[in-house]
Amino acid sequence: MDWFKRTKQTLKSVPKTELPDGLWVKCENCGEIIYKKELEKKLYVCPKCDFHFRITSKEYIRILFDEDSFKEINANLMTVDSLNFKDSKPYIDKYMATVKKTGMKEAVVTGTAKLEKHDVVAAIMDFKFLGGSMGSVVGEKVARAIDKALELKVPLLILSSSGGARMHEGILSLMQMAKTSAKLARLAENKIPYISILTNPTTGGTTASYAMLGDIILAEPDALIGFAGPRVIKQTIGQDLPPGFQRSEFVLEHGFLDMIVHRHQLKQRIAGILDFFAHKNPH
Amino acid sequence: MAKKKQRFVLEFEKPIVNLEEKIAEMREYALASGLELEDDIKRLEKKASQLRKEIYANLSRWQRVQLARHPQRPYSLDYISRMCSYFEELHGDRRFADDKAIVSGLAKLEEFSIILIGQQKGKDTKENLYRNFGMPHPEGYRKAMRLMELAVKFNKPVVTLIDTPGAFPGIGAEERGQAEAIAYNLFRMARLPVPIINVIIGEGASGGALGIGVGDRILMTENSWYSVISPEGCAAILWRDASHAPEAAEAMKVTAPDLLKLKIIDEIIKEPEGGAHRDYDLAANVVKEAILKHLRELVKIPPKKLIEQRMEKFSKMGAWKE
Repeated sequence: MDWFKRTKQTLKSVPKTELPDGLWVKCENCGEIIYKKELEKKLYVCPKCDFHFRITSKEYIRILFDEDSFKEINANLMTVDSLNFKDSKPYIDKYMATVKKTGMKEAVVTGTAKLEKHDVVAAIMDFKFLGGSMGSVVGEKVARAIDKALELKVPLLILSSSGGARMHEGILSLMQMAKTSAKLARLAENKIPYISILTNPTTGGTTASYAMLGDIILAEPDALIGFAGPRVIKQTIGQDLPPGFQRSEFVLEHGFLDMIVHRHQLKQRIAGILDFFAHKNPH
Repeated sequence: MAKKKQRFVLEFEKPIVNLEEKIAEMREYALASGLELEDDIKRLEKKASQLRKEIYANLSRWQRVQLARHPQRPYSLDYISRMCSYFEELHGDRRFADDKAIVSGLAKLEEFSIILIGQQKGKDTKENLYRNFGMPHPEGYRKAMRLMELAVKFNKPVVTLIDTPGAFPGIGAEERGQAEAIAYNLFRMARLPVPIINVIIGEGASGGALGIGVGDRILMTENSWYSVISPEGCAAILWRDASHAPEAAEAMKVTAPDLLKLKIIDEIIKEPEGGAHRDYDLAANVVKEAILKHLRELVKIPPKKLIEQRMEKFSKMGAWKE
């Protein structure tokens, strides 16, 4: 388990969000030059050091679900700027530019899918859309996905990749934490399994709501997982942070994760868990 | 009323305070000299009242944030001591520690016995260090939840007083699962089978506020603020400079009137003229009456329906199109 040994400490908060163009890619962690096709085949994990590259919702859908089984729901939900928010430029302009650039409408894709033949409802967040931030639409789509899982009585998967709640929607973003958590509470009362998958990064309001509420919580290796961002903590307490702070291994060690799963095993391990929950004991 | 000797005055309060001091001086002078100054004093008092009305009717969002943070603003314990005929504080989360940034206990509010939970700031540096400036650790949220479970067990309504600059961002807080503690409270509060009333009495910063902020009624005192992040935090990220906090406060729409318009809160609780710090007794009395009004409504609703309505309430929050 090589990834446990990696001691390199980085506080660079925003590693590259997208794979660069070209035939070759340099590993952000060990510097290895990797043939892009090879990296794709390895599910975007460095063959040399096991660094997990950040990937998009599209790639996770390909990795996790049976071929062509993912059917998107609520694809047309779009953001409304009800605060008329403006910093250096209007929020709605920033949003529309992101829509154009990414070809996505928001920072989460939701749908029904099959995972090793198990029916599931899934919500896959995407960091490339405004840092995977949770505004009204993300909250509403996640909430509807939870309701869908309840309606279909199938397990729910949420894959988080998010810097937290979206500031541009102020209090409305904050309330999405309450909304999604409330829906999950109802799902739990109905005994529908919920598996939460944390990827790099999962912080802020996303962690402090649905990400931390799974029956099973698993994380990819070396993902940044926390409530406050490392920079804010460092500033507040005025001292350096311990090695490995807020990384998957640290969070597991402190008791807030069930397991760390290498991307190569992600689908198979989740399938095992789904098998377990679906199994009926003899009586 | 705040003590005169160490009164803290905000920039926009200065004209009012100057005038008030002048009036007080004239009173003293009149008394000492025996001169008849009553007419002049009355005239000035009228002017002061006019000035107060003008200034407080046109507060910017940033000015309200400053009032919410006023060092002499009443905090949870100031309200509790004035509102409740009985309060027995219960300490500790029975897991790790007692978080001094949250006070919680058994309380009597007129005809009701309730569980009362409030975030608590300090009045001076020493007290603030003790209270961690009102920034709870995970054990604070877990203590709050322990008391809420007590409320469920003995069928008591829950009232929470929210006043925090945020959940504490520190190493220990992260090690002990700040995010999990808050997330679990949201999860559980959403389905708690007793009435819950949340009152924002000062600062409502982000998940740290929401962690005790899910309920059937969300009330907010007039000069409180509540948002997804502090204006400084927002400015530091989006403007790359915390000094742009006033603009961030405007952009995020953080005040009580904003939140009423956005259908997040149910009611604005009027503060004494000039802000809650000008008259603790009056401020507490108005908050108490508001809580009682809603409690009297909520206790009539069967738990199942209460939870359904709560779900409905939070389901509607947000803005989107499709």
